[in-house]
Order: sequence, then C-alpha cells, then structure tokens
Amino acid sequence: MIEFKEVSKSFGSTVALDNVSILFPKGKIIGLFGPNGAGKSTSMKLIMGLNRCDQGEVWVDGQSPQNKKQDVAYLPEIDYLYPWMNIAQAADFIRTFYADWDEAKYRELVQYLNLREDMKISKISKGQRAKTKLLLTVSRRAPYLLMDEPLSGIDILTREEIINTLIKDYREGEQTIIISTHEIAEVESLVDEVIFLDRGQIRLGGNAEDLRVERNMSLVELMKEAFRNAD
Amino acid sequence: MEFNASQPIYKQIVDDFKKRLIRGELKEGDKIPSQREYAEKARINPNTVQRAYREMENMNMVETLRGQGTFISISEDKLEDIKMEMAVNLVDNFIKEMESLGYSAEAMLEILREEQSRRKEAVISDRV
Repeated sequence: MIEFKEVSKSFGSTVALDNVSILFPKGKIIGLFGPNGAGKSTSMKLIMGLNRCDQGEVWVDGQSPQNKKQDVAYLPEIDYLYPWMNIAQAADFIRTFYADWDEAKYRELVQYLNLREDMKISKISKGQRAKTKLLLTVSRRAPYLLMDEPLSGIDILTREEIINTLIKDYREGEQTIIISTHEIAEVESLVDEVIFLDRGQIRLGGNAEDLRVERNMSLVELMKEAFRNAD
Repeated sequence: MEFNASQPIYKQIVDDFKKRLIRGELKEGDKIPSQREYAEKARINPNTVQRAYREMENMNMVETLRGQGTFISISEDKLEDIKMEMAVNLVDNFIKEMESLGYSAEAMLEILREEQSRRKEAVISDRV
C-alpha cells in the first residue's frame, strides 16, 4: 500500500499538489487521471523518491520511498533511453541495477512486442520506443509498477499492444500498477480504482465499478463531470 | 464482447454468461475459459474477471474444480429463475422508459399488440 498524508508540493510559485491524501491499495490497477499540470507526474516522482514533499508524508508499505526504490518499477513520461544504445544494451543497463530483473520474461516480451534486441534506439519509431520503455519496466518483477503517460502520443495499435501486455503479465493480488493518463477511454476496462486529479487536488476517487453503479456513467463521463463541477 | 463503459463490467460478464445459458449456447458441464484467458481475450482487468467468476460461483451458476478449470453447474430451476429475472428486468426498463414518455399501461399494451400483429404480417408477406 502507498499512502499520501496531507501532501503538498510546489515548484517555485506553481502548486503541484495541494494538501492531498491518497491511499493506493495493494494488488489493484489504479488509474491516475487528470489534465496536464494536475499533479500526476509529481505524485509518481514522490513515490519513486525522486522528489520530496514540502509538507505531509509519503509511505510505501510503511517505509520512506527512498528505502523502497527496489520495490518500484517506474516508466517515466520522458524519453530517458540513450539514443546510441540498442535494446540489448539498454536492457543490460537496467539489469545491473535491479535484482528483480526477470530474464525469461524479458525474452518472451521482446518477441511478444515485435521488437528485436539489435534495434538501435535512435533508429526506431516512437511507438517502438514506447514499447521498449514498457519492456524494460515490466521485465522487473517489482511489486509496484508506476507508469507515467505510457499511452500518450502513440498510435492505437501500439496502445492496444501495451494494454494487452499489461493484462497478460499482471499478477493478480500481488502486483500494484499505477497508470497515469489522459486517454481514459483506453483504460476504462483496465483499472480497478481511479483518482481524478486537477490542479493539485483530488476531484473524485474510488472503485471504478462502484462508481459506475452509483453514477451510471463511464469513467470518461465521470471525469468530465468532476471537472465541470470544479470550475 | 463489447462492454458498455457506463455499466459495471463484472456485471456485464455475468449477464453475458446468463444469456448464453438461456439461449442454450452453454450447457451443464461445459468448460468456460479460465479467468486469465477471459481477461486477455476481452482485454479487461483480471481482477474484474475474478469478481465476475466469484459472483457466478456464489450464484451457483458455475463451479471451479482445482486444477481442472471452471464448469457450468446449474440446476434447471436456477436457470428458469435467471431467465425470469432477466425478462422482468427488461420489462421493467421498458415500462420506465415508456412511462417517462407519458404512456399509460393501456397504451403500452396496445402498442405491443399492434407491433406483434405487424410483425406477424411481415413474416407472412415474406413467405408469400
């Protein structure tokens, strides 16, 4: 379980998170939704221990994020892969850092995603880079998987491949996936729990199926409504 | 199967199995896909499929045998109950929608009768 207790974080005069309390339950796929600048990436970086909050506390299984880095696999929004590497070299790079690297899974996924180890990062398409990032993240058997905008700016077929990979590899009950996106329609049937963030605050949160029962609305419609009411 | 995103997905999975049972496409003893197969094929969260399968077990529609899979296991009475329940739900929705348009019960019955005879005629003229 990941817990945010009254967390605030600003960058200069920009408030990224404003007194936010969130529980990310264990063993669920959680959608972190909201427009650009809502605080999604900041939340992920706090969980990764890449940023520290100004106020409040962040706990990963009751410990500080700095002590739990080995338990969290992170797919950042930015293109972090070195262009001069090929996929095999990029995998080598990650493999040396993490004890939970699963070589068999990596081999299987290279095939499944139609990638080749000798593909050079600078030569491949945007969709293939997105798939490579996914490959390198999910080839670790980390209990927590954080994915920041894994679907943005990618063609629909590649998006489907990414979602299929997540479903295929998901370990029910033991793995927790937090996925931030504004492509909510794509992940309607993928997420258990949702958190709608807007300008550093939570507008709505809860179990996706319960929200559908209560409101008779899809997650896309719910998000629109939550944000309309906020204005 | 296409899902309606404004309705709970686990319920739509259960309803789909109910319909296939009523239509006779699935029968007592038939093996249904494993939860994982279902999740991958339908592209939905494995936790949601698990919830649907658990619900069907609790309703005595299916039975999971360890190491063998999940099988249809339903009594005739239970199947009749499910059929009736689905019919009542459909009629209930119909009545609510029609009432919201201002139809009385009498007017609804009249429309149903007219529609039924129109369909019969259509069938006959097709044959001729």
